[in-house]
Amino acid sequence: MADNTPTLWHEFQKGLWQDIPPFRLVLGTCPTLAVTNSVINGVAMGLATLFVLLCSNLIVSALRKYVAPQVRIALYVVIIALFVTLADMFLAAMFPPISKALGPYVPLIVVNCIILGRAEGFAQKNPVAPSFMDALGIGIGFTLSLAVMGAIREILGFGSIVNIKLLGDWFEPWIVMILPAGAFLVFGGLVALVNYISHRKTAAGTNP
Amino acid sequence: MKLILIFISASLINNFVLTYFLGICPFLGVSNKTENALNMGLATTFVMTLTAAATWPIYTYVLVPFHVPFLEYVAFIILIAALVQFVEMYIRKSSPTLYRALGIYLPLITTNCAVLGLALFMVLREYNYIESIIFGFATGVGFTLAMLMMSGIREELEFADVPKHFQGISITLIIAGMMALAFMGFAGLIRG
Repeated sequence: MADNTPTLWHEFQKGLWQDIPPFRLVLGTCPTLAVTNSVINGVAMGLATLFVLLCSNLIVSALRKYVAPQVRIALYVVIIALFVTLADMFLAAMFPPISKALGPYVPLIVVNCIILGRAEGFAQKNPVAPSFMDALGIGIGFTLSLAVMGAIREILGFGSIVNIKLLGDWFEPWIVMILPAGAFLVFGGLVALVNYISHRKTAAGTNP
Repeated sequence: MKLILIFISASLINNFVLTYFLGICPFLGVSNKTENALNMGLATTFVMTLTAAATWPIYTYVLVPFHVPFLEYVAFIILIAALVQFVEMYIRKSSPTLYRALGIYLPLITTNCAVLGLALFMVLREYNYIESIIFGFATGVGFTLAMLMMSGIREELEFADVPKHFQGISITLIIAGMMALAFMGFAGLIRG
């Protein structure tokens, strides 16, 4: 605790790989599967979640000494719901097509387990600065995961990325990737990939 | 007739778990044993039906007349949390056996996105009161169905030789993908 910078950096970077939300913690799976049929939707969802996560972590951490433990979950849910309402109205006002594409999944950030999980597991025990970094790391990790999922599904399902045609006419789109089934398959494959890479890493670490 | 359509649509064709990805957390978390899956499914069905019955009047008679529909998320989530709490208290008093069977699953339902999703879809699709209740019940039935099938497959899977890196959550997701493919076959039921 003597030097604050490395710990803050640690809180930030652990969300990027070590605790990357959908693949490692298997939290927030609903939006991961539901809105990743294109990169734009995935990134928009990730950023909305990042915003809510940052704000709720800040408030929860700032209030942590004044909240009675019996009512904390209810209070957290209300705080989260308020910020989700803000994010939803912002999206609807500024980016109507994205808001329409995401549909009811923006309000469903309220019950995204990542946010409540971070509030309960991190922000209520830690001061404001580490909580902020934690939220930032986890949020960016989540956004990246959604972007990767979205990219894979968009390339295979439409042959394009960010609406730019990537593959020529010879490419027969895999319609299944856009459908719900494709989401499960891609997600399952990515979890296996993350497992594989981290197994390799630990194996390389133990016997050099 | 419309009620039957809503029922079939919500339980099979637009199964919440397999087409809207709602309620994935319990679907992945509690589906390792058939018995647990069934209990969780029943508890969720019960709460979903009550949620539909309670959120509809709140939305129609409180939020809309006072011009505050933007408060729906806050209102719904509080309502659901309170509802789950009351259901838990009531079951504990009236039927200790059932309470022991449902046990830890009841509080978990609050964070089940399918319950909040149900309330939101109900508002989006402008169902009337009876339709909402049927919709809530049917969604619960669909959820229970998906849970039961998944737990059945996972019990068999324990004897299967799964590649190392696919073990655990990964293979479960891939099976869910195949189930979603199979459920697409129901799509012809209504418009076919």
